[in-house]
Amino acid sequence: MPTQKDFMTDIKPTWCPGCGNFGMWTALTQALSELGLEPFEVAMVFDIGCNGNGANWHRLYGFHSLHGRTLPVATAIKLANHGLTVLASSGDGGGYGEGGNHFLHACRRNADLTYIVHNNERYSLTTGQTSPTTKIGQKTKTAIQGSQEYPLNGLQIALTAGATFVARGFADEVSHLKDLYKQAIKHSGFAVVEVLQPCVVFFDQKNIRDTYRSKIYKLEQSWPVMDRLTAYKKAGETERLPIGVFFKEERPTFESQQPTIQKVPLARQTIGKINLQPFLKEFR
Amino acid sequence: MKKTEVLTWKIGGIAGGGQQVAGLIFAKACARGGLYTFDSSEYPSLIRGGLVTYRLSISSQPLSAIYRSTNLLIALTQEALDHCVPDVISGGAIIVNSDTCNVKTSGLKGRTVWPISVKELTAQANVPALANNMIMIGMTTALFRYDIMLIRETIKEIFQGKDEKVIADNIRAAEFGYEYARKNFKAEVFPYHLPSSRRAGAKVLVTANDTVSLGAVASGCKFFVAYPMTPATSILHNLMGWSERSGMMVIQPEDEIAAIHMAIGASYTGVRAMTATSGGGFALMNEGLALAAMTETPLVIVEGQRPGPATGLPTWTEQGDLAYLARAGHGEFPRVILAPGDAAEAYPLTGLAFNLADRFQIPVFILLDKYLSEAHQSHQPFTDHFHIDRGDLLTDQQLLKLKEYKRYLITKTGISSRTIPGQMDGLHLANSDEHDEAGYTIEGFSPELRTKMVAKRLQKLPYLLPELPKPKLYGPKNAQLTLLGWGSTKGPVLEALKELTDVNYFHVTAPWPLSQPIMTKALSGCKKIIAVENNATGQFAQLLKGQTGIAVDDYWLKHDGAQFYPEEILAKATATGASKK
Repeated sequence: MPTQKDFMTDIKPTWCPGCGNFGMWTALTQALSELGLEPFEVAMVFDIGCNGNGANWHRLYGFHSLHGRTLPVATAIKLANHGLTVLASSGDGGGYGEGGNHFLHACRRNADLTYIVHNNERYSLTTGQTSPTTKIGQKTKTAIQGSQEYPLNGLQIALTAGATFVARGFADEVSHLKDLYKQAIKHSGFAVVEVLQPCVVFFDQKNIRDTYRSKIYKLEQSWPVMDRLTAYKKAGETERLPIGVFFKEERPTFESQQPTIQKVPLARQTIGKINLQPFLKEFR
Repeated sequence: MKKTEVLTWKIGGIAGGGQQVAGLIFAKACARGGLYTFDSSEYPSLIRGGLVTYRLSISSQPLSAIYRSTNLLIALTQEALDHCVPDVISGGAIIVNSDTCNVKTSGLKGRTVWPISVKELTAQANVPALANNMIMIGMTTALFRYDIMLIRETIKEIFQGKDEKVIADNIRAAEFGYEYARKNFKAEVFPYHLPSSRRAGAKVLVTANDTVSLGAVASGCKFFVAYPMTPATSILHNLMGWSERSGMMVIQPEDEIAAIHMAIGASYTGVRAMTATSGGGFALMNEGLALAAMTETPLVIVEGQRPGPATGLPTWTEQGDLAYLARAGHGEFPRVILAPGDAAEAYPLTGLAFNLADRFQIPVFILLDKYLSEAHQSHQPFTDHFHIDRGDLLTDQQLLKLKEYKRYLITKTGISSRTIPGQMDGLHLANSDEHDEAGYTIEGFSPELRTKMVAKRLQKLPYLLPELPKPKLYGPKNAQLTLLGWGSTKGPVLEALKELTDVNYFHVTAPWPLSQPIMTKALSGCKKIIAVENNATGQFAQLLKGQTGIAVDDYWLKHDGAQFYPEEILAKATATGASKK
């Protein structure tokens, strides 16, 4: 049986002490090992940003992509080898800004991926600029009078664009987050897990954690997980912040509908001698 | 028809009128009768209305370009008449639709004009308006004294599977036009005849987009992803249509950025992958090119050029993107550009593109243009099998024997062994950050390693260059005048060479990267070199000078949205002092 350590390389994380990413890393590596997956069965595509630097200490088939470009790479990995467990990890900038279009279409497409969005409401690696989820009025280096743009709600977008699994976690609630990850990975379809991730550098370290703690509450056991509209309303709450699985439905995955991989994954198909005669007919 | 004679037929009307379909039927009927054909369409970027022309050159000898001089023109609208009349040669003929055209004979000296009412003839033939182009095909057949049976057979085959009535209507329309022309047009004033031979082998009519599609299937490409863009779109249509039979997965994503990243993702899993676009779409793919280069993921990209910048002339042709592709992507890394000169060359070059991408783990371009992508050329069927070389992909057994696997191991050739996700002992990080041999991110604090990794990627170049197709010489070994070109200028130049003495042509099918010794060996001893390019700045000549120091003596450039015609090359050559045969 693989252990959590099997999913960690020897490289020491470079995240800031107290960064929310540590909790997320712990939750994910625990989830993967508890699901009985071997590192070689998992492919994970990383964005650029603090989360993306984590590519170096995740031990699996890693692909450190460009900013905003995790989902197209991850989608194709799944399409080409659907035997793999495929994850993508991005921040609020890569996920909702630079990669916004891919996000919309990944939700529609419903390939069996787990998409983790680290939401810290900032571009932290580039030293704290405004992000698509920065709150109105929040002052940053690039919003010196306070952000004037309405913050984007990733969960609501995922719900309207057709994602089949929509959840929110909190980086400090490691055990709860691990459970969300496990559910997301087991879900057959496009699973979005947005994680509220305290950035301790561009927010006051104590204040940010206290604020989250005071606002966060867990969705109750009886939450109607099959109701998209109710989930949408819930995801819009701002005074308090619900975490858990907001929505879940079964819909055929993109790859399950591909005629070319009904028997064997593309990556396992060998190239044989190909007879072109049938293709030439239409050109006669 | 004399052995070397080329006859050209042209029809002009409104977009959506079906001239292209009708014209292709005539072309296929010619191929069935043992003739060689080359066609070309001009059309605007809209669905209905506007001027559309279809042009077909026909010969009893192999043909590699479309000619301008037109023997028979069918003008269905005033716009078509005004635009196309200058191309009709003295002694040629024009069939004019009197419903819409003001038929003046002034300015048409030396050409026979036959006015007809398309509306009336369509009613007389008792066929739907959509079939009226076949009346024109029937007339054409009569005037060229071609075999109407071949037209009938071709219609039956092309429309196979369609409603019986559609087939019957089209055949009736063609036969009606045939009989009408025989009765009403004075055939003796039109001396151009097409011979037919029933012994002809089965030819195919293909564009370079078609042969790239066939080449991708024959190469074992399993993943094709593309966002529609003229003139590359028909590759997407072909491969999508064949998907279930070929086993290739074909995806249309949200944009070109997704397209190239998906191709990279699929290739990372060990599957042969390709994308196709035009210059504007490739502009969006730029960062993906750099990602493929840094992660050393094999990738084949088809780029069908059209005139830019920006939206440019979306449905016209140009060779304007060569210098751009040679330098595209940020940072420094090797890439290959293959530029087939015709549909036939595009087939084996597609096979080569996949092998080079796999062996050297680099991006490889197949560079086409609208002219090549959409012109149908008659050719013997393509059935060659490719030798498939997947490069250094480690098997599970080989991995077991390794003490430690490093994805980016520094080697003599710069090429490191690949593993694919799912292999137990091949774990690695494919990294867009600069990385060490294992794939882990490094910083500028490791300047020696950074220098080594840049050198590793560039080290592939000296091993790559000898694998590229060498410049190919056409015509005499020694000549007063040497023409130098790449890609689609080959066809018109080769046609012109048929008429010229003391002129030869070097065709470069791999315009990037260029080898100094190979180019010097090819071009040393040339008395006068003229770069023939379908662009405004002589991009290849500039790259050649920069890479090899070889300077051309002059440029023949064209950038008006059309390809060169053989007649233009011929005229330029004779003006430069070359003699005709």
